[in-house]
Amino acid sequence: MMSSVHEIAVDIGGMPILLRTDDPSFREMLATRYAGFVGSSQNPKFELDVDLVTPSPEMASDEDVHVEMQDGQWLLRRGDFRAQWDPRVGRGWVRQTANPYSIDAVLRILHSLVLAREGGFLLHAASAIRNRRAFLFSGVSGAGKTTISSLAPDDAKLLTDEISYIRKESNGYVACGTPFAGELARVGENCSAPVETVFLLAKGPVNKIEPVSNGEAVRCLLRNILFFAEDPELVKLIFRSACEFVDKVPVQRLTFMPDARVWDLIQ
Amino acid sequence: MSEKYITRSTAIAAHMLGGEMMVMSATDSTFFTLNEVATAIWQAADGRTPLSEIVSHAVCDQFEVEPEVARADAEQFVEELSGHGILLVSDGPIENSYSVPVEGS
Repeated sequence: MMSSVHEIAVDIGGMPILLRTDDPSFREMLATRYAGFVGSSQNPKFELDVDLVTPSPEMASDEDVHVEMQDGQWLLRRGDFRAQWDPRVGRGWVRQTANPYSIDAVLRILHSLVLAREGGFLLHAASAIRNRRAFLFSGVSGAGKTTISSLAPDDAKLLTDEISYIRKESNGYVACGTPFAGELARVGENCSAPVETVFLLAKGPVNKIEPVSNGEAVRCLLRNILFFAEDPELVKLIFRSACEFVDKVPVQRLTFMPDARVWDLIQ
Repeated sequence: MSEKYITRSTAIAAHMLGGEMMVMSATDSTFFTLNEVATAIWQAADGRTPLSEIVSHAVCDQFEVEPEVARADAEQFVEELSGHGILLVSDGPIENSYSVPVEGS
């Protein structure tokens, strides 16, 4: 008996990835999760066949993510998924149970690998567009990404409260919305704008913006860039991307109180 | 005291940014920013020039610093970076030493 194939293209940062499954309910789950980021299936940049397996102890371990290149193919592994992707032909597969978190992690990893080759990166940062310019708010868990996102005024478009998507273009850097949500559990808006400033978040008794040295800016960016592969050449690329970014985009420290008035400083 | 020769590891990336030298190990992602004096030593680390000569020409001739202080600081700098595999140290000239390109302004 032939099973039908169900497709959906998830288009993040202008890079549509076609996901193919034989389970219509999984496809519907993806359509709901990535609503606003569903693109055309006609010209995907990559294609992934998602092979859904029944839950088993093997697919439920807490093994950390592991990403390595072997014979020209990226091998991705975590307790809850296995995946393989050949960047030369733009095809790959994912083996996982029917849950949204595994495919979400695979997409993050693939985007981080592709962006690394293009001078961009994924950053632990909330981001929002105000007055047609994008502002990023970077920091580790607890730094205030969710807080500052929840305080955003109505005229600000929230791109993400968790993972910012930075693409390098010929005339600068652009921040794109992502469906990679944090504690707000709110998918970002699917739009983009030139990056104006990156704020390194700190909570404090007053709202203030202070300069940081180039060295500190690069160090903080490197600490917050999502990167999974243990590949020295890609580590060098990420380092170069962080340095070039700091050379072009102001990075400042934003200390703030949990109060909407902090947004008076951000425009 | 025996002479030391230093060269930069190939497993690092370096970038000059706004007058500051940024150096990162590609193996353990250790990250350093170098001050002017450390940058001068770093740039002179060609594997063939003895450290004492580097200190004399690249540091003492360029910066206002006492030779003994410069020598001690350079020894400490070399020890720290070599501990992270960022600089390679030998008691003789290092053959086939490779100059890691420095990117940036």
